[in-house]
Amino acid sequence: MEKANLSEGNRRDFLIKLTSVVGGAGVVATCVPFVASMNPSSDVLAKAETEVDLSGITPGTMHTIAWQGKPVFIVQRTPEQIKAAEASNGGIDPEPDSKRVQKPEWLVVVGVCTHMGCVPNKEGPGWVCHCHGSEYDESGRVIRGPAPKNLEVPPYHFVAENKVVIGAT
Amino acid sequence: MRSRIIKWIDHRFPLTSFVKHELTGYPTPRNLSYWWNFGFLAGFVLILQTATGIFLAMHYKADIALSFDSIQHIMRDVNYGWLLRYMHATGASAFFLVIYIHMARTMYYGSYRAPRELLWWTGQGLLLLLMATAFMGYLLPWGQMSFWGATVITDLFHVTPFIGDQVVIWLRGDYTVGDATLTRFFALHYLFLFLIIGAVVVHLVALHKVKSSNPSGINLADKDNIPFHPYFTIKDLFGLGLFLIVYCYFVFFLPDSLMEPANNIPANPMKTPNHIVPEWYFLPFYAILRSVPNMVGGVVAMGLSVMMFAFMPFLDRSRIPGGAHFRPVYRVQVYLFLLVMLVLGYVGYVPSTNQTVLIGQVATLCYFGSFFFIPFISKAEERWLIKRGLPPEVKIQMESEALAIENRKLKNHNRSSDKT
Repeated sequence: MEKANLSEGNRRDFLIKLTSVVGGAGVVATCVPFVASMNPSSDVLAKAETEVDLSGITPGTMHTIAWQGKPVFIVQRTPEQIKAAEASNGGIDPEPDSKRVQKPEWLVVVGVCTHMGCVPNKEGPGWVCHCHGSEYDESGRVIRGPAPKNLEVPPYHFVAENKVVIGAT
Repeated sequence: MRSRIIKWIDHRFPLTSFVKHELTGYPTPRNLSYWWNFGFLAGFVLILQTATGIFLAMHYKADIALSFDSIQHIMRDVNYGWLLRYMHATGASAFFLVIYIHMARTMYYGSYRAPRELLWWTGQGLLLLLMATAFMGYLLPWGQMSFWGATVITDLFHVTPFIGDQVVIWLRGDYTVGDATLTRFFALHYLFLFLIIGAVVVHLVALHKVKSSNPSGINLADKDNIPFHPYFTIKDLFGLGLFLIVYCYFVFFLPDSLMEPANNIPANPMKTPNHIVPEWYFLPFYAILRSVPNMVGGVVAMGLSVMMFAFMPFLDRSRIPGGAHFRPVYRVQVYLFLLVMLVLGYVGYVPSTNQTVLIGQVATLCYFGSFFFIPFISKAEERWLIKRGLPPEVKIQMESEALAIENRKLKNHNRSSDKT
């Protein structure tokens, strides 16, 4: 049994397989730096968080700021708007308004249509995307297609009464 | 299934026969030593330079306001950017090292002789392309050495008769090396990759026509050739392993040893560094440039010194087959030539003083002398060797070659007399 295991042919096959596996692992490991170099570099990653001063935003108006190169809509909602938002549950992608805001008077959503990535325009109570006609309500929930999902709520937290950091929870 | 796919392809494209004739079954002399590894290694380094270069180009910016900082961006911010850059910079040195050994092997074993002249000349073309590519790539970091190296070398074209000044301005696209120069050097550095790959294909086609030379210098009978795979795939891969140990040692432990510290200072057209030196692989030719007191003479001598290798098939008049192996005088010549190269390299590296200039001039004379005297020495050596008595196999080889030449002459003679 032992002798059969160590016969010339078996030894050679084993060594060829072993060398191929080690060599293949080396080639794969060499590819890692090349692939990784195409990921965002550290100066790009430094843009991951954006601090926004909210004091200039009056009730009922919207501000657009850039976060990771994407527009983020910040709306200070009036009591009527809050009431309207809380009354419905959205349409295509139902979600209660309370889950989409940390403070009901501040709505923070990524201004990128969930259909094909265009930037929707503020029209009427919500937003309309002119690329393919999707409509969103005052909570950023999609109420008319083709967009499949509500406007994304980015991770953010209030660091002061009038200051919010977008990008970190 | 697999065999059916291959059959389908073979009906439309000579896949199996190509692989069999040119790769796996390619007849290779069985007595090749490790000196025959360096062509494969050069091909490997070419692939390495291509891969690292393409990935570096994704982060590099060819603009004098941005390029120096974009190198710092690659070194600090890009994931593994430091590794890609050190691999590329070390790879340039590795390329020249491998090519110089490849050339030294050709010189030593007389691989340039008939019928391999065209193989040798395509190799000479590749050397020129490699030099141009390395030179243009060296400008891209836009450091002090980059800038002044490019300034000095483009300045050489002032010696062009009548239109020298215009040629230099045309090359630079500016009155000095500037933004236009940097951008075009980047474009051409990338383009030359494709020229090199094309020239390598021509080089390989020529090789596969005449087949590899071998240490004995005698064209082997068919029975002395063995298939390339697995014998030489495994030999090449083993050599690759040894090469990679040295290469990785430099990449990971001594990456700065091959870079000039002055190139970490951004280019300043108002101030030349006190001591400018080219990269090590240009040093012998740079020493020849500096050794000739006349500017035009220096440039001509430097250009000629790179091109001298191409004349070897004409200069070597000896009919003794093989290179230095059967030719003691030629062997001494080759070793002396390598020594002269090292001396020139040293002279090119140190700042010039009266003494080093003198050494450089003597070495330059020796450099050209060793080419110019080859016709006479090789002929005298042949007479001496024949008088001394040749080994029987060498004699047989020479007689059969002489017979082949006679037959060819006879054929030509018959053909021309038929016409008249």
